[in-house]
Amino acid sequence: MKRVQIINTSVANIRSLQAAFDRLHTPWQLTERADQIVSATHVVLPGVGSFAAAADALDRLEIRQAIIDRIELGRPLLCICLGLQLLGESSEESPNARGLAVLPHQIRRFSTAVKVPQLGWNEVRTAAAGPFKTGAAYFANSFRLLEPPTGWGYSETDYDGPFISSIWRDRTLACQFHPELSGAWGQQLLQNWLET
Amino acid sequence: MLKSRIIPCLDVNNGRVVKGVKFQHLRDAGSPVELASLYQQQGADELVILDVAATREARLATLQTIEDVRRQLSIPLTVGGGVGSIDDALRLLNAGADKVSINSAAVRNPQLINEMSQRFGAQCTVVAIDAKMDQGVFQVLTRSGTTAETINAIAWAMEVQQRGAGEILLTSFDRDGTRLGYDLPMLEAVTAHCSLPVIASGGANSVAHMVAAFEHGAHAVLAASIFHDGNLTVAEVKRQLAAAGIEVRQ
Repeated sequence: MKRVQIINTSVANIRSLQAAFDRLHTPWQLTERADQIVSATHVVLPGVGSFAAAADALDRLEIRQAIIDRIELGRPLLCICLGLQLLGESSEESPNARGLAVLPHQIRRFSTAVKVPQLGWNEVRTAAAGPFKTGAAYFANSFRLLEPPTGWGYSETDYDGPFISSIWRDRTLACQFHPELSGAWGQQLLQNWLET
Repeated sequence: MLKSRIIPCLDVNNGRVVKGVKFQHLRDAGSPVELASLYQQQGADELVILDVAATREARLATLQTIEDVRRQLSIPLTVGGGVGSIDDALRLLNAGADKVSINSAAVRNPQLINEMSQRFGAQCTVVAIDAKMDQGVFQVLTRSGTTAETINAIAWAMEVQQRGAGEILLTSFDRDGTRLGYDLPMLEAVTAHCSLPVIASGGANSVAHMVAAFEHGAHAVLAASIFHDGNLTVAEVKRQLAAAGIEVRQ
């Protein structure tokens, strides 16, 4: 039986994500437990709050290793927005906070050449073999991953030049955009991920 | 490249959509859940719900409306109207809003902008600015346009940016409900001095009005009557905008 465990890292809002799983008739729960994060059929690391606040939550809940283990085991994991950024080593948003360091990258702020935050719909370009088709997705971010990580598939989006808008490997998918707010295209992406 | 956004707005009172002229003379315009679903289906990029309730009972009804709308909505939802505190914002977020818009309370207590931005993020913190031209300056209005503040709208827009807002919803009191088009001088003045995304609001009656708003610095346009009256669908608006060279999500 599929059940989505949504990692409860913060007080901020994940109602839209829950509503999206409700529309897909998939039960969900909030979890703060390392054992569930490793064993659940599907896990979401949602994107809320600041990098430092989320990194603190990972420490407080003692779930860093559980998330890393899940990725290594190749079990379905969806990281959204800040969730993607947490896979990096660090972020310019919170220079003293530690990410999960699954990727050897620092997350960087958009330059002053563009309006920050990036707020709205932008094109996500993927190769044919990706887990979803090229389409428009809803973004709300001030920081982003700039270089494609070795060994991962990725999509690109243009804002202040190209940046990495999603990455995937085995059954881990991490999106800088919000699939739960990206209309029918985003709903299809969630459906595809639930079927992995 | 970011797409230019089309945002239908539902003014909600006691579970129904209403529409007025210059913030007054409200009349019934339908069910919020039905209209939200319809606009989403037609390709709306986001939805704004403004709670115009005057009583506590009507305000509680709005929380239920937000929950009902959220259930079907897979695009961003901004909710505003009567938000006076972090707790008010939290209630709206828990009901299903993605962004919360603050207006009069931000003028009374600007620190609320900082607090919301720190707690929920800039992307969640929308400041609504209602303004009108008065003796050569754009003057901020509060309390649904009934109270003139001694604040210049352009200076206020710069201040809300500095305090951590992520977006400005700029409504022209002079144009609201008049169908004369957006207030282009106001839009141009605010976007020239403030680097936040600005949603233009008040006065839209045609696609040409929207094209003009985008050409004068708007990142998104808000419209109500134009859609509620069924004169134009969101899909038709987007087709015409694309034909006019505005990049929209199709």
